[in-house]
Amino acid sequence: MTNIPQLLVHNPDDTVGVVVVEDLKAGTEMLCVVTHDNSDFRLTAKADIPIGHKVALKDLSAGDTVIKYGEDIGKMVGNAGVGEHVHTHNMKTKRW
Amino acid sequence: MADLANTSVNAWRRENGRVGVRNHVLVLPVDDISNAACEAVTNNVKGTMAIPHAYGRLQFGEDLDLHFRTIIGTGANPNVAAVVVIGIEPEWTKVIVDGIAKTGKPVTGFSIEQKGDFETIRAASWQAKEYVHWATELQKEAVPLTDIWVSTKCGESDTTTGLSSCPTVGNMYDKLLPHGLYGCFGETSEITGGEHICEARAATPEIGAKFRKIWQAYQDEVIFAHQTDDLSDSQPTKGNILGGLTTIEEKALGNLEKIGRTSTYIDAIGPAETPEKGPGLYFMDSSSAAAECVTLMAAGGFVIHTFPTGQGNVVGNPIVPVVKISGNPRTLRTMSEHIDVDVTGVLTREMTIDEAGDSLIDMIIRTANGRNTAAEALGHREFSMTKLYRSA
Repeated sequence: MTNIPQLLVHNPDDTVGVVVVEDLKAGTEMLCVVTHDNSDFRLTAKADIPIGHKVALKDLSAGDTVIKYGEDIGKMVGNAGVGEHVHTHNMKTKRW
Repeated sequence: MADLANTSVNAWRRENGRVGVRNHVLVLPVDDISNAACEAVTNNVKGTMAIPHAYGRLQFGEDLDLHFRTIIGTGANPNVAAVVVIGIEPEWTKVIVDGIAKTGKPVTGFSIEQKGDFETIRAASWQAKEYVHWATELQKEAVPLTDIWVSTKCGESDTTTGLSSCPTVGNMYDKLLPHGLYGCFGETSEITGGEHICEARAATPEIGAKFRKIWQAYQDEVIFAHQTDDLSDSQPTKGNILGGLTTIEEKALGNLEKIGRTSTYIDAIGPAETPEKGPGLYFMDSSSAAAECVTLMAAGGFVIHTFPTGQGNVVGNPIVPVVKISGNPRTLRTMSEHIDVDVTGVLTREMTIDEAGDSLIDMIIRTANGRNTAAEALGHREFSMTKLYRSA
């Protein structure tokens, strides 16, 4: 089905979204839905990204604050271009 | 959804007016060294359940208070019809018996010293058999759905819990709390990163300050007192990280989806304490470890537990049915025997959170009416006491 999204985003302000399908391959043009207002957009995945993992919605650089749920969830400690994987290899809490 | 204010379920109204959805006859050890006698009684008398545990000797102060509160609260829970208590010596056994007896339910204590296991087991077995005959004749009656106390805690969380199963629980609370439900959330450590949001969701600034004090005490007395580097090796857990959660803040924000959009909590209570401010949502100071948290909330008097999971936590409880909710399609594909409510449709946008909340309420009704949960069918009876510090 073409209208099942591959990526969900909580809030329009978020800088990352969540892969919600298994076996997402690099190069997939993802249907992305913002759950807050049901708006959608398209984004190309730049890597194979596991279900549940985050994708950068814009170019993120080391030091940038990462926004999800419209809230600060930590900072980049590496870079991630739009469509790339964001996780423990390039992101960390600001707390510790 | 049906008219929730006038929805009823068939359950047991106990002597103190509370409603239970199970009808257990417990054989409850006061201490670790009485486990064997309790298990022997349950071997003799079918229809009884022992709850073996690891503690109860040489505890003192606040830690002993919590031990007593947890054991008494377990026996006092409305899902329990009657209790045989066995301890090594008579005095602490009497503390437990007297605590449970305040509910008005049948409870008798036995102690092992000066008798030995054989004589204790013989006498306790006779009593347990009497309780089984009595309890099995108790009839269910129609009671309001909102007389069922419903707690929540999530486990093996991932990013799908924040998108689907946690807001499903939140939607359930938003619908049922206004009709007089008692609800409970906790997980003090996992609020970390969202403590400002949790504080703001208190019904009054005073209640928010009470939460903040509990949360800060956890930071000061547990985290900063015992940390070796930081919490990053345990929060998020390895399972959380596999599921895509990167930071404690991200995990906390997903966790807090369980308290819905409109609900506010009316008190912040200690571990295993019973709510005393009437119907509404309560924050309970509690561990984020699944079995410990469910054990504490059951001891606080909650009779059904709603448990969102992403990667697939399998926890159950001896006396409280644990209803598992998951929206992760991989978990539903690989371990569906553990899941009671499938909300994967939220991720495919084929199910709204409102519909998911209704499906959870429906499962709470069915569970209250007697449907065994996945955890019950699979024999998950995890009972884990929270220990505050070393025994003497």
